This record gives sequence, C-alpha cells and structure tokens, in this order.
Amino acid sequence: MAATLEVRSLRAHFFTKAGVVKAVDDVSFSIGEGQVLGLVGESGSGKSVTGFSILGLVDPPGRVVGGEILFKGRDLTKLSEEEWRRIRGRDIAMIFQDPMMTLNPVLRIDTQMIETVLAHEKVSEKAARARAREALVQVGIPSPDERLRAYPHQFSGGMRQRVAIAIALLHRPALIIADEPTTALDVTIQGQILYEVQKLCREMGTSLIWITHDLAVVAGLADEICVMYAGRIVEKGPVDQVLDAPLHPYTKGLIGSVPSRNVRGQKLAQIPGMTPSLLSLPPGCAFRARCPRADAACLAEPALTRPRPGREIRCFHPHLVDEVV
Amino acid sequence: MTVYLIRRLMQSAVVVLAMTIILFLGVYAIGDPVEILISPDADQIERERAIAALGLDQPLWLQYLTFLENALRGDLGRSFVFNEPALRLILQKMPATLELALAATLFAVLLGLPLGLWAGLRPEALSSRVIMAGSILGFSLPTFWVGLMLIMVFAVELGWLPSTGRGPTAEFLGLHWSFLTLEGLRHLVLPAINLSLFKISLVIRLTRAGVRETVLMDYVKFARAKGLAPRRVIFVHVLKNIMIPVLTVTALEFGSTIAFSVVTESIFAWPGMGKLIIDSIYVLDRPVIVAYLMIIVLMFILLNFVVDVMYSALDPRVRLQDQRG
Amino acid sequence: MTPPSVESTALGVPPLQAAAAPREETPLRRFVSDFAESRLAVVAFAAFVLIVLAALLAPVIAPQNPYDLAQLDIMDGRLPPGSVGGAGFTYLLGTDDQGRDMLSGILYGLRISLAVGAGSAFIAFCAGTALGLVAAYFGGRTDTVIMRLVDLQLSFPAILVALMILAFLGKGIINVVIAIVVVEWAYYARTVRGTALVERRREYIEAAACLALSHARIVFRHLLPNCLPPLIVVGTMQVARAIALEATLSFLGLGVPVTEPSLGLLIANGYEYLLSGRYWISFYPGIALLVTIVVINLVGDQLRDVLNPRLRR
Repeated sequence: MAATLEVRSLRAHFFTKAGVVKAVDDVSFSIGEGQVLGLVGESGSGKSVTGFSILGLVDPPGRVVGGEILFKGRDLTKLSEEEWRRIRGRDIAMIFQDPMMTLNPVLRIDTQMIETVLAHEKVSEKAARARAREALVQVGIPSPDERLRAYPHQFSGGMRQRVAIAIALLHRPALIIADEPTTALDVTIQGQILYEVQKLCREMGTSLIWITHDLAVVAGLADEICVMYAGRIVEKGPVDQVLDAPLHPYTKGLIGSVPSRNVRGQKLAQIPGMTPSLLSLPPGCAFRARCPRADAACLAEPALTRPRPGREIRCFHPHLVDEVV
Repeated sequence: MTVYLIRRLMQSAVVVLAMTIILFLGVYAIGDPVEILISPDADQIERERAIAALGLDQPLWLQYLTFLENALRGDLGRSFVFNEPALRLILQKMPATLELALAATLFAVLLGLPLGLWAGLRPEALSSRVIMAGSILGFSLPTFWVGLMLIMVFAVELGWLPSTGRGPTAEFLGLHWSFLTLEGLRHLVLPAINLSLFKISLVIRLTRAGVRETVLMDYVKFARAKGLAPRRVIFVHVLKNIMIPVLTVTALEFGSTIAFSVVTESIFAWPGMGKLIIDSIYVLDRPVIVAYLMIIVLMFILLNFVVDVMYSALDPRVRLQDQRG
Repeated sequence: MTPPSVESTALGVPPLQAAAAPREETPLRRFVSDFAESRLAVVAFAAFVLIVLAALLAPVIAPQNPYDLAQLDIMDGRLPPGSVGGAGFTYLLGTDDQGRDMLSGILYGLRISLAVGAGSAFIAFCAGTALGLVAAYFGGRTDTVIMRLVDLQLSFPAILVALMILAFLGKGIINVVIAIVVVEWAYYARTVRGTALVERRREYIEAAACLALSHARIVFRHLLPNCLPPLIVVGTMQVARAIALEATLSFLGLGVPVTEPSLGLLIANGYEYLLSGRYWISFYPGIALLVTIVVINLVGDQLRDVLNPRLRR
C-alpha cells in the first residue's frame, strides 16, 4: 500500500542575520493510511518547522532547501502556490497549538468555517453552513446553531480547539498535522481532545502527525514515534518498542524524566545541560555534550542506521543490549 | 452597554465643565476681561454699562455662574467687528470648515489605506520604502508651506486650479455645500489636499504597522493553512483587524483636522471658522475668540465621546464583554 | 545521584571548546552600529549636524548681515536668485522686498528657528519628564491628578492650544516658548511615566530605597537614566514638532517679532509675492525649514527602531 505521506531528506533552513539556522536537517519518515505518527522533541528541535514544511508554510527568512515531500506519490516541493492552496485545508489540514490565536477574534465562527468550505468547493452558503454545523456536532459541541453565530472569545479553550478540529475535518483530509494541540489546554481537557481526535481519525481513516514535546501524550495515541533533536531524527520506530526499549540515549533520558516513572521521594531525573543553539551547533553528534555515553567517536556526525527491522537510530552508542534503567 | 454610555457621558460632561473653568479663568482672571470683552472704542458710559451687564464688578465665582448661564443660553458675547452674536457668526462659517475637513479625511483614508496596506505587505520592496519615506515627508512638511507650493505650482504656474476662495454652493439639508457644484469642487481640491497631507501620512503609517503586526499572527497563518485565497486572507482577515484601530484614530484626528484647518483656510482664503478665528485674533475681536474656543472644545469632547461609542460597537470583544457581564 | 557534569562525561574527551568570544561590544558601539544600519538615517544625521553648524556660524559665514541696515540697498529688492546687485555682490538665492540677501536671511532665520524650537522642546522635556517621573514614582493621587492633566492636554490639538495661549497672552518669543512648552510637556510626561512605572518595580529601585536614599536621588540618579531611551526618541520628534509649530505660528503672524525673523516669518514675508511669480522669497526659506524638520524626523524614526525593545533582533 502506497504511503499517504513520504518525507525524504527534508531540509529547511532559516537565513537570519546571525547566521543560517538548520531547523530541519535531513528528516525522513513515512506514514501509511490511517496511521498515527508521533513527532516528539523539545522546543527548537525542528518538529513544528517539519509540520509547516509539509504544508509549504515555512515563512521567510526560512525556506525548504532540499528533500522531497511525497503526498500520495506527488512531490509537494515542486508545487506552484495555487496548487499548494488547493491542497491546504482539503487534502492536508493543520491544527495549531493555541486556539485563541488561531481563530480570528473579529470574525464569527460560522464565517471562519463557511469560508473554509467555500475555498475548495462551489456550494451554496446554506449547504456550507449545514456542513459546518454537522462538523461541530461531530466534535461534540452542544447547541451548534448558537455556537456558529458566536465569536471565538466566547468559547473556552477546549471548545475552541474542538472548533479547530472541526475545521480541519471539513473536507475529510487524508492527512492532519496537529502541532501541539493540547499543550495550551488543561490536563482534563487534554484527555478529551486526544480521545476525540483519535476516534475521528479512526472513523475516517485519516492519517495523523501528532507533534508534541510530551511523551506521555503520544504513548497511547501513536503507531510510530519519531524523536527529533536539533533538527535531526535521532530515533524512529513503533511506539511500543521505542518506549519500552529506547535505543538512543536522548530517548532514554526523555523517558526517564517523565514524572510518573520515578519512585516517590527520589529526585526527578533530568537530562543535564541545555539544547544547543541551532546557530552554533557543535561538530559531530548534536547530543554529545549532554550524553552520558559520548566519547571521541561522537565528534563525527552519526548517520542513520537500522539496528533492527523497523527501528532507525542516529547514534554511535545506542542501548542495544537491554540494560537496567 | 448603556451603563458604559452613561458613564462616558458623565465623564465628558465633567471635562466640558473643566474646560469652561479654564476658559473662564483665562479670560476673566489671567487676561483683562474688560479689555477682552468690551469693545475698545466704547466710551466710559457704555463701558460701565457693559461692565454691569457682564457682571464684571461681581465676585469671581458669581461671574463664572453668569458666564455659564449665558453660555447655556447660547449667548457667548458679541463680536466687536461685526456687531453680531459671536455664536451665530461661527455657526454660519461651520459648514465650510466641515466640508473641508471631511474632504481631507476622505482623501486621507482613500489614499492612505491602500498605500499603507501595500507597504505593510511588502515591506522590503522599493515601492514600500518610497511610500514610507513619503509618509515621513508628509508629516514633516509644514502644512502652510505645502499650501504655498501647491498654489504656486497648480494655480500660478499651471493655472489648472483656482488659488483662493470657496466656489459656488448648492443647498442640501438646509445648509450650503460647495462640493455639489463643479466649480465648487475645483476650489475644494487644493485646500483639501493640503489639509489631508498630515493625515495621509498618519493613515499610511498606522495601516502599515497594523498590517505588519497582523500578518505575523497565528490566525493569518491558520487562514492560509485552510487553503483560503490570498485575497481573502488579506482583505478579510487582515484588513478587518486593522480597520478598527485605523478608523478610530482617523475619527479622533478629525477634531485635530478641524483645528488645523486654521492654517489652510488662511492660505487659501477659505471662508470657514479657521479663517474667522485668525482674523479675529489679528483685530483682537475677543468675544469671537472666546466663542470659537468654547465651540471647538465642545466639538472635541463630543467627537471623543462618539468615537468611544463607535469603537465599542465595532470591536466584538468589547461589545460582548458588557453583555456577558 | 547527581547528574554527571559536562567535564566528567567520558574519558579522554576534551570539554567542548568555548565558541570564540565575540568582539567586545559595548552598548554604545552596538547602538551606533544598529543606528548605522539605515544609511538614510546616517545621511540625515550628517545633514542635521551641518545645519546646526551653519546656524551657529551664521554671523561668520553669511555673506551679509541682513539686519545691518547700512548694508542694505533697497534698489536691490526682489531680485531673482543669482542676480548681481548694484555693488557687484551676487545674491545666490535672490533678495526680499527690502533688498536683503536671502541666503543670509535664511542662515540667521535658521538660528532663531532652531533656538526657539530646541529651546522650548528642552524646557518641555525638563518639565514633562519631572512631572511624569513624580507621577510614576509616587503613584496614587499624584499619579491620577497628573495623568488626568496629561489626558486633558493631549486630547486637544497642538495648534489649538497654542492659539489659545497666544490669543490671551499676545505675541512675542517668550509667549511662543510658553505655548510650545504647554503643548509638548504632556508627551514627555506620558512617555516617561509609562517606562518609569515598569522600572519602578525593578530590584535596583527597591535596593536604593532600602539604602534610605532621598526620593530626589532615587528618581534622578537611578530611575531617570533607565527611562531615557524612549525619551530620547520622543524628544527628537518633539524638537521637529516644536520647530514646525513655531514656524506655523510665526507664519500666521502670532509668533516671533519682525526684528528677529525665524524661517516661518520669512516665508510669511514672501507670501504676497507668490502670486506675482517671485517665488524665491518664500520658497528657499521653506526648503531650509523643510530639510531641517525632515532630517530630524528621519533621525528620530531610526532612533525609534533602534531603541525599541520589542523589535529586538
């Protein structure tokens, strides 16, 4: 079965006054139909920029400088602006992080939903409105007719995000990119939204890329996980395998620092050091300075290797042997 | 909403009262009221009669009350020069000034908005830089000098437009307006351009700043991610957000425009309130000066009040806040 | 268990080389290089310096002293630019109706315009800043009262306030200065109050208060220097405004006296000759005024971009 999305060696750089920032440096992954990919990393790891690149929304001073993005076999990097526009919102949709800022505060909800429908299909306004109403019902928003006539600030955070999800689903896209959609919400609401998205994607067979810094969120949701660090993928594999037996020291560190894993009374484990500035990356492995297993070999850049089927890793000293954590 | 209105009304009333006190003190306490309000060629008997009539021999606070009382009755003194009630003189000249100010404001918005929009959407383009440099010129150039140059170029050298005066008028709603006649329009053009220069620059800068800020907002990116046509993104999502502050400032500046018409009217010999006040200052026709100041102050405060109300009506966030309580 | 430190990561690995230290960048040097990013602003600043020099050295460099009646020949009146007068003297920019050399008149007029403009802006700066600082520092009722005054002042257009004052006080340089000061103080007050309110909560002010320093000392030695950047921007623009305002008032006949004409008054003198084609009497002083105001505004514009914390690069 052809992959819905196949990203090959994607590179996106930002050309700032201070220098070139390699936000996305040789990223490759693929997603099949109906699959969920979790893209995990700290802020500055390049995960959001990867998401934007897939929709062609990397704005100056940034630019996609290399690689291919094959959506159902079609290379998106070669598209004209008008072709991009037709894909956005219809075949590939995106959900942003902060719903307060993604909905235009001076326009009503129905305006913002109807315009999405009308941007891709020639239907009557009545029909578009009916579609919008139905979408709101689908995401579990009560009294949809009233809500349509409301303004964004009259909704709670969770509701707003549901509206954003409804907008994303209006054209039944083949792929949805969700960029930290629950980060700005309360923990209880987080669970609800996660559940909604999962259910809807399963029902419609939509592929999903869930971008987050929170491993716990992605654990129950994703089929496959990609861990990013400093613009590169450092580990990739099926979610159960990666979480139970992480190969990359960074992944191991991430898992270890999730609070629920610690024994009460013990100090929270942390990965020492800080994410390096992408402007001045040290030579070799970007994680070297913080890695307990680094040595002289790490001064060279590690390539992506496949130690086991289905697993990829970018490290000279992966945790291949099962060790006691 | 009504609570808000009433509160604003009370505030405005307080300011009006404060202004009357300041004016009163300026005339009666700092200046010499006898000199200011009584014609210099009145003889001794007339003078004493006037003093008694104006109550200038009374204690200050009583004088203030008389002053207020007269003002409320519409009696703001008699012009020395024309021997007519000052208020009537001013009201006669008001339509001419209003016409000029409205024309200038219209110019400013019609020219300034598109130019500012362009400069904001393509900030690095040469045309944008030219527009911005032009806007600096616009508010640096002293209005009176530009007026002189306009006369020199268009009236004297090229002979296209008349250099002074107001054209013939036609009646509309009981008042006489000159823009309704062709010859009147010809006379209106140069002074309106002159007066609008400052405002055009203001609108350009405001619009550009607003656009640059808005374009970075998440909801614009989201609109693009939905696949909306660029024209809709700009003219609906961006424009609607910046219109509110731009229009508000423009409306507030209307009062300033009226005040500034003093200069333009002097140069173009436009028979409005501004020319009247300057002439009155020259010949020391002080009752007219006092009356003019009172009226302008009142107009100002009224304008501020109206704009406030308008703003809360336009911005859904403010409007609905009161409703939700 | 303590997390491993960088040095003890592994055996034999040298600690990460520190990136080469950037060239010593003092705030002043950074400011200058940021400012110089706009070539236009640099040119404007150079032009401004030239203008100030020209005004200061007017008695030295002007070809003629326009106020020395002995030097004037009324037969030379209203000559176009470039003509040679009766005594063989070339009037580069023509003469006015009294036979005065326009170039000299402009240089002297520039002095007055700059002096009145900068002088009043400076006085307004002192008054406004002091009031704004007091409002921010003491807060409470003082703040409310002062800010109400500022709001009242700012809701009226400058020209109106100036007209009011001059109508009641009469003409003359002192009254013009008073008018400009009354118009402008509020901008300074509001600007500095905004910044001071933020700075006031910072620790160094608390520390100074703990040291039981006098209020005056805290406000002027500690608070003020940190509030300067936006004040500098506002101040620059206000100087341009003051010059323009004085010119407008003088043009309307309400400003400086005829014996010490500023550029505005010179322009007014030439007004009546405009319609008969003798444009130079108004035109050249206008250009001088225009250039002065524009370069000051250009400099102020760039200063605003450079000193704006929100546009931090």
